[in-house]
Amino acid sequence: MTDTVLSSLNSALHQALSANDKVYLLGEDILDPYGGAFKVTRGCSTAFPNRVIASPISEAGMVGIATGMALRGLRPVVEIMFGDFVTLAADQIINHLSKFRWMYNDQVCVPVIIRTPMGGRRGYGPTHSQTLEKFFLGTPGLRIMAPTSFGDPGGLIFDAIINTEDPVLFIENKLLYPLPLKNMLGDPDFDIISTMDEAPSYYVSIHGAPSASITLATYGYMAELAQKAMYRLAYEYEVFAELIVLTQLAPFNLSSVLESASHTGRLIVMEEGNLTMGWGAEVIARIAEASGSKSIQARRLAAKDYSVPASSLLETALFPGEQDIIRAGLQLTGKQKE
Amino acid sequence: MDNISVYRSLYQIRLFEETVLDNFARGVFSGTTHTYIGQEANAVGVLCQLEESDIVFSNHRCHGHFLAYGGDMRALFAELMGKATGLCAGRGGSQHLHWKNFYSNGVQGGIVPVATGMAFAEKLLNNSNVVITFLGDGTLGEGIIYEAFNMASLWHVPILYVVENNHIAQTTPVEMTLAGNIRGRFNAFGITATELDTSDVLEIMPVAKSITADIRSQQKPQALILNTCRFSPHSKGDDTRSAEFLAEIKSTRDPIMIHGKRLPEEARHKMEQEVTQEVEAAYHKAVNDPFPSLEAFEE
Ligand SMILES: Cc1ncc(C[n+]2csc(CCOP(=O)(O)OP(=O)(O)O)c2C)c(N)n1
Ligand SMILES: [Mg+2]
Repeated sequence: MTDTVLSSLNSALHQALSANDKVYLLGEDILDPYGGAFKVTRGCSTAFPNRVIASPISEAGMVGIATGMALRGLRPVVEIMFGDFVTLAADQIINHLSKFRWMYNDQVCVPVIIRTPMGGRRGYGPTHSQTLEKFFLGTPGLRIMAPTSFGDPGGLIFDAIINTEDPVLFIENKLLYPLPLKNMLGDPDFDIISTMDEAPSYYVSIHGAPSASITLATYGYMAELAQKAMYRLAYEYEVFAELIVLTQLAPFNLSSVLESASHTGRLIVMEEGNLTMGWGAEVIARIAEASGSKSIQARRLAAKDYSVPASSLLETALFPGEQDIIRAGLQLTGKQKE
Repeated sequence: MDNISVYRSLYQIRLFEETVLDNFARGVFSGTTHTYIGQEANAVGVLCQLEESDIVFSNHRCHGHFLAYGGDMRALFAELMGKATGLCAGRGGSQHLHWKNFYSNGVQGGIVPVATGMAFAEKLLNNSNVVITFLGDGTLGEGIIYEAFNMASLWHVPILYVVENNHIAQTTPVEMTLAGNIRGRFNAFGITATELDTSDVLEIMPVAKSITADIRSQQKPQALILNTCRFSPHSKGDDTRSAEFLAEIKSTRDPIMIHGKRLPEEARHKMEQEVTQEVEAAYHKAVNDPFPSLEAFEE
């Protein structure tokens, strides 16, 4: 059986529980036989009954409890059932969890992982489909990570659980769960290079293509759409793109994006959260500041500034899709009028 | 703890806080402060019987808790002045302290699940430590605390919730904010709550001692509700209560006066002079301490 993002994350939780007895899982409905609303914790409570804890429906309380546990040397991993509910824990995350280390003059560390599924395109409607990490991006002391089907999503969370000294918000786009992990070495169509650091970026290019004239930057499930779009841009329009897939959103490390964009001179940033004040805006601002006298043309693609509708036609129109990426690519390269 | 040491602890808090209020106006301190004047018996009565490795999580009104825990006056003064020698090198200020197993944070309610999580961890790690956390009557309006009470009770967490009911939150009397009664809120979660209405430290001490011992041995949360009086303003110069009311509580509910009467006059004076000198020395040291360097911001 090929590994999926889900099975990779699930094995990583098993491995983390087994690697370190300080690791605890807390969450709503995470016990077997149910194993969590998205099954990411499946099997964990059977294998480690004392360290997998079923929580009441208390997102804020759970994050607070985990924060206290971490202050006393444990390594708790909290599951928020739907990312939409992370707002309930905002005070705990912003005013407690992320603050303690710096506020107490680095005399403590608070290794809490909050993992949560985000994202739409499943018809779940306005309160179960959002992508809310932008509200937490830039919170001092908080690391925000997002796995993809590139590389090793399980390795990403395993490493965070076992090694982090700071809190991590780990955003799992729901549509990624069933996807098979990418073939990183032998893909006939794409060359994929990893930066090999603890939160790697992936450079994706079309195999055998001339040098790219446009940079696409994104994370999470949008990377899947971007990859499809870049394939079509190449084969249908002879526009060659380089795709940068990030796995760490905060603190910002945009060297991979900057490097690519300063070669191509064109940048499209893509996210599934609402456009205004989003991740992409900050990425473009930073790239603009860092690019000196060289000018880089830039575009943002994001969800329209409405709540996520349930109706599939509306929902599809709300989120940026493959076609939107192609259009933006053609416009930026002058192949299509604005 | 003998009577004279208890008095020393009460008196030290009083003098420390008066020094803070007196000097705030002179611009020595910056930011805000919430002094503990009038409530000293609670901190001393509850904390003087802690074990070395027990944990305290305090709130915005934390100076008294910190000093009763055994904290250093100069480091606290310095923290309030934003000095490099402060407990957190000036990063935290008055409401954000950490030293040994003492922590505080200035957001109402949010510390309660964190303290509960600490106690939960101590239990999971098979340590026999107890966590003590303090909350005010006004903070009973924050929903998060009930999530924490629920989990503490469900998971048999060794924590003592100390509610200091000074009957006022900033300017709002408790009658305007609290439906039902405080004990009932704990009882709803199966948490035993003991209530006292006293400013006598010697009434609080034995009760706190036996409750803490029970929490340690039974591994279950409990609450201690302490009805008390705040003499000082909420922060600085922001008291809306009448002069008559303040005079009345100061004459009947002063922990220093109540306990001080038990000591021989001469011994008490001698000790007061000692403490006065210590507070002054700590204050002056802190005044002369350096401010932090900007290295904190280097990447
Ligand atoms: C979440 C939150 N809301 C409001 C405040 C502002 N505030 C600080 S102390 C306080 C009153 C607290 O009253 P109480 O809990 O009774 O404690 P006391 O000040 O009487 O010791 C308020 C409203 C705060 N710090 N945190
Ligand atoms: Mg009060």
